[in-house]
Amino acid sequence: MTEHSLYGPLDDVAGEAGYDDHPPRMGFFTDTSVCIGCKACEVACKEWNGVPADDFDLLGMSFDNTGHLGANAWRHVAFVEQRAQDLGMPSFDRPGDGSGPESRTDFRWLMSSDVCKHCTHAGCLDVCPTGALFRTEFGTVVVQQDICNGCGYCVSGCPYGVIERREGDGRAQKCTLCYDRLRAGEEPACAKACPTDSIQFGEVDELRDRAAARVAALHERGEVGARLYGADPDDGVGGTGAFFLLMDEPEVYGLPPDPVVPTRDLPAMWKRAGLAAVAFAAAAAVAFAGGR
Amino acid sequence: MPEEARFRSYYGQPVLQEPAWEWPVPAYLFAGGVSAGSTLLAVGADLTGRPALRRAGRLGALVSLGAGTVFLVADLGRPERFLHMLRVAKPTSPMSVGTWFLVAYGPGVGVAAAAEVLPARWRLGRLLRWLARPAGLSSAVVAPGVAAYTAVLLSQTAVPAWHEAHPELPFVFTGSAAAASGGLGMVCVPTPEAGPARAFAVLGGVAELVSARVLDARLGLVREAYGTGRAGRLRHWAELLTAGGVLGAALGARRSRAVAVLSGAALLAGSALQRFAVFEAGVASTRDPKYVVVPQRERIARSRDEAGVVGQPPRQAE
Repeated sequence: MTEHSLYGPLDDVAGEAGYDDHPPRMGFFTDTSVCIGCKACEVACKEWNGVPADDFDLLGMSFDNTGHLGANAWRHVAFVEQRAQDLGMPSFDRPGDGSGPESRTDFRWLMSSDVCKHCTHAGCLDVCPTGALFRTEFGTVVVQQDICNGCGYCVSGCPYGVIERREGDGRAQKCTLCYDRLRAGEEPACAKACPTDSIQFGEVDELRDRAAARVAALHERGEVGARLYGADPDDGVGGTGAFFLLMDEPEVYGLPPDPVVPTRDLPAMWKRAGLAAVAFAAAAAVAFAGGR
Repeated sequence: MPEEARFRSYYGQPVLQEPAWEWPVPAYLFAGGVSAGSTLLAVGADLTGRPALRRAGRLGALVSLGAGTVFLVADLGRPERFLHMLRVAKPTSPMSVGTWFLVAYGPGVGVAAAAEVLPARWRLGRLLRWLARPAGLSSAVVAPGVAAYTAVLLSQTAVPAWHEAHPELPFVFTGSAAAASGGLGMVCVPTPEAGPARAFAVLGGVAELVSARVLDARLGLVREAYGTGRAGRLRHWAELLTAGGVLGAALGARRSRAVAVLSGAALLAGSALQRFAVFEAGVASTRDPKYVVVPQRERIARSRDEAGVVGQPPRQAE
């Protein structure tokens, strides 16, 4: 294990996992500033991956009828309705005259297609006791369904609340970044279906450059709330393979603001457990040495 | 009550998944602790010539290990695939480490317990009696690991109440294991021979109570998950029962068998409730997004302060 195998930036994710010769790291850049909330990604994902589509109830959360990523939702389109603090000056322009931020009303709608982050340091992968979860040659994280015994550890290991055990099936399920399609040289189903290119698929290094340029362009246009989420290799999970351009703070979309892979503290945790184990054995020795 | 934390969220929805685990997992935590402690008591009794304590320890260790194994398998989504745990040995997964601890621990426990029940007139019975001491010693080497690893098992997660508790949780759990196994010894063994069980129970009970209090004092917002709701009620009773059991074990259990049995039962119950309380606190801490968002926001603010960043991050809309 190298210095950064548990935490911190890692240049060659697949190489660290033991691949000598491997393709570049692949991922998603989800640019939520152009998401129109059509949910084509959710549908395409379900179609391609055979993910059950079990309920179509609206949840009272705008147009969200998915709720959260989980065993049966590998893409989730979030809908956020917001009133801006600055109401702006009244104007006599006709609707549609302007197209820049000066034309905005006091209402805005944020839409974002969430997905598994395919972390550099993946909590789910670290805790999996069977080896069912593995790192692919593309640097993504996938569950082998013929191995998973449904222990449920990954469910609690993920700092984003992505992976879940499927009811009635018993195994852990999440986005595979369409591993089968990638091996056939195809792009993932959600990216293929996205009509606005809000979901962009490609080499992570190139996507990061593209994302940085997009944020800069949005800032220039006055969208000061635009920010990248998951693109920083120095963050708590070493950066994610699927990262986002958000228009507001992550928690507004149901994302953790500063996620950290639990494995970061593993050496410290074993040290404390070792101390407790020694104390346990010592207590037994003392109990017999007392000799009453 | 602390001031209600202010934070933003997606319609108040949880950020994390609720643990997939149900009651068999805390039940296993308890059973595994009882088994580990009983093994140490059995080995000590074997080496110091206390046959009744040895017998109770060996049998208690095997029965609780058996129950714990059943709990572990029962909580799998695909129980028939439990042997897949043995495909790999993975240092980053405390569940994998624990599996191999149990593999190393179990056979010695089985041999030692079988030696107690098989008659000496059988050849196998005689062989087992000869093997029982080394077998017990082999499992005693692993027993402290079996008692302590379960704390890492819970802490190596994104569940706020479990992860934040990682410095103290191993001591809560090993304390709880000692209290419960000592309690079991007090229930099963006549008082003249049960001295080490009482002492182990008192040491463990005190360690459990003190480390749980230390944990409370150190925790930030997530203390609320331990102190309120179902976890809070379970924890309250765990503390009362353990404290009562410790007092009984220290003061009355030496002279009165009745006091010994009552105190031992209280310690067992207190230990079990402690495990369920910790488990429930974790579940509660995944249900409310504040346990995720507020501490992470504070962390961001702290690192901004340290980096000398002036001013607030951009906040466009409310």
